Amino acid sequence: MSELLKIDHISYTYHSLEGETPALLDVSFSVNEGEYLCVVGPSGCGKSTLLSLIAGLLTPSSGSIYINGKDIKSSGKNIGYMLQKDHLLDWRNTFKNVTLGLEIQNKLTESSYIQINEMLNTYGLITFRNSYPSELSGGMRQRAALIRTLLLEPDILLLDEPFSALDYQTRLEVADDIWGIIRKEKKTAIMITHDISEAISMSDRVVVLSKRPGTVKKIFDIKLSVDNRTPISARSAPEFKDYFNLIWKELNHDEQKA
Amino acid sequence: MSRRRKKATTESLYISEAQKAFVRKYLMKNRRIRFYQIIILICFIAFWEISTHLGIVDPFIFSSPSRVMKTIYEMTIDGMLFYHIGITLLETLVSFALVNLIGLAVAVILWWNDSISRVLEPYLIVLNSLPKSALAPVFIVWLGNNMKTIIIAAISVALFGSIITMYSDFKAVEEDKIKLIYTLGGDKKDVLFKVVLPANIPSMISLMKVNIGLSLVGVIIGEFLAAKAGLGYLIIYGSQVFKLNYVIMSIVILCAIATGLYKLLSYFEKKYSR
Repeated sequence: MSELLKIDHISYTYHSLEGETPALLDVSFSVNEGEYLCVVGPSGCGKSTLLSLIAGLLTPSSGSIYINGKDIKSSGKNIGYMLQKDHLLDWRNTFKNVTLGLEIQNKLTESSYIQINEMLNTYGLITFRNSYPSELSGGMRQRAALIRTLLLEPDILLLDEPFSALDYQTRLEVADDIWGIIRKEKKTAIMITHDISEAISMSDRVVVLSKRPGTVKKIFDIKLSVDNRTPISARSAPEFKDYFNLIWKELNHDEQKA
Repeated sequence: MSRRRKKATTESLYISEAQKAFVRKYLMKNRRIRFYQIIILICFIAFWEISTHLGIVDPFIFSSPSRVMKTIYEMTIDGMLFYHIGITLLETLVSFALVNLIGLAVAVILWWNDSISRVLEPYLIVLNSLPKSALAPVFIVWLGNNMKTIIIAAISVALFGSIITMYSDFKAVEEDKIKLIYTLGGDKKDVLFKVVLPANIPSMISLMKVNIGLSLVGVIIGEFLAAKAGLGYLIIYGSQVFKLNYVIMSIVILCAIATGLYKLLSYFEKKYSR
């Protein structure tokens, strides 16, 4: 697997009249093509800032981010971003919601309709094509949000605690669902979560950040011995609890030191 | 609306007795309320009419329902009634349309440029709190004794509050919805047209319901001071020549117009809200 994204010694500081708050300090790691990477860390450690930087919504105070060896600003690569909530727009039906990104980028053409319908069909939303968000279940809403992002054909997918607004049972189902879709579309994904089990069950590698200002404490390669790995089946792997304890210790160690 | 109704009817195929009783009770209560509403109106009109006949109040000063009806009839015959109503309605609708258009345009500009909005903030606050009737005489001097003055006066009543409300509604749009547009590769124009404006259609319609009333207030104030026609003119004229029938009739018609315009907007509100 080749290296797709390289985060090279980036720092970011927020400024306000009350003073400056360093959110990230000298963060470096890289992501390989097709990899599913999770970032865990205590709340307020700058996880969301990290995604905003990769998405180009913020510019790092220092350091650089490269995609395929080129700086993100000039790489011309597409980056998809899934926010914490699905943020489907209430006044648009499912079809109009998933095509929002294409509409904004003026990419909505006759030929894209076929692809859109195909995707809605594959992910079980075709019968809800004309339904409004209030009529969809939490899982369907999340899937619609993912399709909205995928239709822009992103090279990298950023997910900012995408399941945190769901109740536990739905959360497990949707995680399975979304993970399956991302794998099927062969996307590279970076997901933020504060749920250690979720991180282990879904990812190939887990990056642990320290509390603010966030720095990389440790990176774990997740190797689970299960056949047909899915987020649900991963939870019954014998190594699962070992990884859990390792990451838990890593996070807690940080708390005690502070 | 229609979608929801469809769902309701499929469910209503299996109604239990208890549900039927509940619905019946609900409808009964509605009917009872409507009944009392009408009774109050009838009692009021009857009391008014009878007391003028019995000499408890002087019909010359208080008019009476029958005199109002007679005046309406006479003025309908000679066509004057619709002329005055038409003038007032025209002025109200023109002011209302201008208030909404100018208000929306200014609110968008303020939303777009934070510096402009901060520079203008104190001026808007002053203009909004100023009693606008104080400005009406000034408008007469500047613009003359004509319809232009009345429309400007009416606009001044509703505009500033409208701008302030709309601007703060625009500002209240969820931060993450705006971020969503940027993550999809949009710019500020997309944020405006895809999120801020559509998200605020319900609040803009309820603001319109306020504006229609205020425009009418402004038009009547304007007509008091600078008109040769219209219901406001009729009220002033009637009170000056002691034809209280004109005054009361105009007030009754204003009640009807105000309610009618409000109901019209409520209808649109229902139609556009999901």
